[in-house]
Amino acid sequence: MLLIRCPYCEEERPELEFRGAGEAHIARPADIASVSDEAFEAFFFLRDNPKGITYERWRHMHGCARFFNAVRDTVSDRFVMTYKAGEPKPDAKTIEKARAGA
Amino acid sequence: MTQAYRIAGKGRLSPAREARFTFDGRTMTGLEGDTLASALLANGVHLVGRSFKYHRPRGMLSAGAEEPNALVGIARDATRQTPNVRATVQELYDGLAAVSQNRWPSLTFDVGAMNDLMGPFFAAGFYYKTFMWPKAAWKRLYEPVIRAAAGLGVAPGEADPDRYANRFAHCDVLVIGAGPAGLAAAKAAATSGASVILADEQPQVGGSLRLETDATIDGRDAFDWAQALAADLAARDNVRILTRTTAFGYYAQNMVGLTERLTDHVARPDPAMPRERLWQVRAKRVVLAIGAIERHMVFAENDRPGVMLASAARSYLNHFGVAVGRKVGIYTANDSAYAAAIDLRNAGIDVPAIVDLRDNPQGEAVDAARKLGIEVLAGHAVIAANGRLRVSAMTVERTNGGGSKRVIPVDALVTSSGWTPSLHLFSQSHGKVAWDAENQRFLPGNNVQDLFSAGACNGATDLETAIAEGHDAGEASARLAGRSSGAVARPATSGGAAISGGMIGAAPGAEKGKQVKAFVDFQNDVTAKDIRLAVQEGMHSIEHVKRFTTNGMATDQGKTSNLHGLAIAAEMLGRDIPQVGLTTFRAPYTPVTFGAIVGHARGELFDPTRRTPMHGEAEKLGAVFEDVGQWKRAWYFPRAGEDMHAAVNRECKAVRTSAGIFDASTLGKIEVVGPDAAEFLELLYTNPWKKLGVGRLRYGIMLREDGFIYDDGVVGRLAEDRFHVTTTTGGAPRVMNHMEDYLQTEFPHLKVWLTSISEQWAVIAVQGPKAREIVAPLVEGIDMSNEAMPHMSVREGRICGVPTRLFRMSFTGEAGYEINVPADYGPAVWRAVMESGAAHGITPYGTEAMHVLRAEKGYIIVGQDTDGTVTPQDAGLDWAIGKAKTDFVGIRGLKRPDLVRQGRKQLVGLKTRDPKVVLEEGAQIVENRDQPAPMTMIGHVTSSYWSENCGRSIALALVAGGRARMGKTLHVPMPGGAIAVEVTNPVFFDEEGGRLNG
Repeated sequence: MLLIRCPYCEEERPELEFRGAGEAHIARPADIASVSDEAFEAFFFLRDNPKGITYERWRHMHGCARFFNAVRDTVSDRFVMTYKAGEPKPDAKTIEKARAGA
Repeated sequence: MTQAYRIAGKGRLSPAREARFTFDGRTMTGLEGDTLASALLANGVHLVGRSFKYHRPRGMLSAGAEEPNALVGIARDATRQTPNVRATVQELYDGLAAVSQNRWPSLTFDVGAMNDLMGPFFAAGFYYKTFMWPKAAWKRLYEPVIRAAAGLGVAPGEADPDRYANRFAHCDVLVIGAGPAGLAAAKAAATSGASVILADEQPQVGGSLRLETDATIDGRDAFDWAQALAADLAARDNVRILTRTTAFGYYAQNMVGLTERLTDHVARPDPAMPRERLWQVRAKRVVLAIGAIERHMVFAENDRPGVMLASAARSYLNHFGVAVGRKVGIYTANDSAYAAAIDLRNAGIDVPAIVDLRDNPQGEAVDAARKLGIEVLAGHAVIAANGRLRVSAMTVERTNGGGSKRVIPVDALVTSSGWTPSLHLFSQSHGKVAWDAENQRFLPGNNVQDLFSAGACNGATDLETAIAEGHDAGEASARLAGRSSGAVARPATSGGAAISGGMIGAAPGAEKGKQVKAFVDFQNDVTAKDIRLAVQEGMHSIEHVKRFTTNGMATDQGKTSNLHGLAIAAEMLGRDIPQVGLTTFRAPYTPVTFGAIVGHARGELFDPTRRTPMHGEAEKLGAVFEDVGQWKRAWYFPRAGEDMHAAVNRECKAVRTSAGIFDASTLGKIEVVGPDAAEFLELLYTNPWKKLGVGRLRYGIMLREDGFIYDDGVVGRLAEDRFHVTTTTGGAPRVMNHMEDYLQTEFPHLKVWLTSISEQWAVIAVQGPKAREIVAPLVEGIDMSNEAMPHMSVREGRICGVPTRLFRMSFTGEAGYEINVPADYGPAVWRAVMESGAAHGITPYGTEAMHVLRAEKGYIIVGQDTDGTVTPQDAGLDWAIGKAKTDFVGIRGLKRPDLVRQGRKQLVGLKTRDPKVVLEEGAQIVENRDQPAPMTMIGHVTSSYWSENCGRSIALALVAGGRARMGKTLHVPMPGGAIAVEVTNPVFFDEEGGRLNG
């Protein structure tokens, strides 16, 4: 069972309190009604399945109930960092720093 | 015969504390502190079971958790029968009753043993190749016969009456294994101030120290040192010692699963005690000190009862005071078996010879054995164990084949090919193992998780190193967990037998080409020959070899067999062992009961049961309930003499002629509040909301982004900034999650607050021509006239003196109300409505009548008439899509090519040509009943009922291009013949809908 730090509650809580919500940083197009089939496909159907760093959405379902984002390593399953919804996608440097601190 | 093999003055058990037990009905006596295995051996019993495939007689191989052979059934009473218990770990208690398994009619005469004579036909892969034809025979004949003939114990037939507990724990340092390394680690960590959990599968701490007689730690007997240290540590606030506790799985982020066995060793367990307790421990640091497991020698007939591991013989002698025989042969390829020879000889047991594969063994142990006058046959091999139900002799030959065979009579033969460091938990932690070629063993490589390995599992081969590694690991763990209180003294050691990697693979006499049964895996009856056959047949990966032969796949998970199997495969392949690879270790380390995993979550505690506020009222009215998700819903209300059909017919008629009362409390309810509430609903539902007047209701459809129907419900506007949203019963949690998701992440600019109010409001539906007459007298402050409160409106006021949100709406097609009141008032208001309606013949109706009534009107149920691939257009609900809207969830999905194509399945009604025939829900629909199978299916029945109000059967269906087929005849093929149906409008009753406004 994973330990997950909720960026709103600011503490690590067991996975039981959370629910995964799929890949992060997939923005719903503002003009969604008029986007092309290809753009809709990319938005709705296509997901990454990387070996290594992945960006995910989680919800602290049985806690503050907030959605937030996480950087996780799919090899070790370890959470590298979590951050609030709406915050920018962390770059490689930020992830490296978070890893060194972990 | 009473414990004839118990040696006076040997072992640590008290001869005064006897315990009686039975094995296959025969009463014997052992001592408290015995395992079932040691007690049987004390009585001279080696034969305890029959093997899985060949039904070969088998005895104890080991004295520990790695035991592959000695599996027995333990029966406490009719319901407490545990199969496949390892006799080597089952502690003896007074009155213990054990039975042998997989034999008939008796252990000594077993009909199934003919499998052994047919061995050539039962080679690896035999089942796959032999029982292929005819295909039908597999299910009816082959599988039942094979399953009956092969196998281990029998699962109990009754429900488990015991309780199982569950705990979570956190600590700085979890030390797994309380042998010398683990104890040293726990001591160092605890003394540094760390919170420590020390777990060990044995009843006492000490681990391998139980084998030793002359080892000392800090100047005292090593085993005594261990007990004293444990007592000292247990008294500290920062230490918890869990004995009889197996760490079975190592999971992410240093989460380790432990099972603690609390009553299996007790003669009369306290009924208040759980049988087992599952611990889920989250540790900042873990120290793995789980030791090493000795391997047997792979030679012909090496499974005869009496052939066992050298370390087991030492354990039985030095700890339990039991000699495994009177005349014990030794067969080894490493030094550690010499200790067994020396201990046995010193205890007065005849040790006729040590057969050593090595040409020139040297060292202290070898010298000591020679000094005791034990013959050392260097450069020799045991090429066969003689005897059947018990080993009677060992046949010895030079390894170079020269000289003549010698047959040396023995009644026990102990073997050691070397030691396998236990990597199970390390490997489960995702650490990669590293090959140590010099010592022929795998060792832990780099740590992936926050752990250290220490002692024999880390490759330590003597006591001093084990203690040193454990101590250092404990100290470092405490420091890394943020605890340190300066240097802690390291325990000083002397003595203790050394272990080594030794040799792996088949021994001489069982090499390639030899048609002998030299067992690698005892529990699954896999021989060296089977593994070679697997390679010959093209299995070149160890994972394939494993699955083809089932080597290492038994309940012991190949603790003694994996390395041997790997070495034999590697030799056949002509490749190095690391190239062939090691199979993956998986949890659990030893079998874990389902009870421990399930804990309290069974029976009523398996899943919550949700009851509505009016549940008691429905019970009083004699309702039959059905499960809808976690809810108990009143299904129908039978009167005396009525079956379900009659009750539902009566309920349906009553609603259309007078009035019915229905508990709709399970509907999901969400309050959407805020200045942007209407804007938010515009985005979440297909319908327009901004122009919905205060006090009005609207039926809303919610889509997913892909354009398919996700949920539906009636939404009421209570104020400019306040909506009362209803969802389907099953959809409530996911709709709430769906709304929160969009509100928090896609539309965070909207000022909206969502509150689940499903359980805050009880909902009483009153439906039928008399509904207003029944409800109005109870209501204050609301003008309920048709003009003031028409269909699809909502008012706030009071009913029976309590607040209400009164919805005028209908899921039946009749005029009616859904009375929302605070949940606690639900029963009182229900009773008041019943009283008010008595004169009008108000009739309680259940979910079945509700289904029929709504189907008569063609109202869909999301999840029954839709399946996640149905669009609003498919369901005939285009009117609910706001045509002028530029955005809502699903707006783009609806335009996808497949969703706008012609010929999609559409919701239609079906009338059977014979009005008495009721279709099966889920039945398939075809155009031409005479086409050959497989037929082209063009749709399926989604809802189907007898409608008393229509006087015939009715059905809803999804049919390709359905609306263009109105009036056409289709067919529903059934086992009894195809049923002809006419495609119709899905509204069967009051097509114009005039009754709603009544």
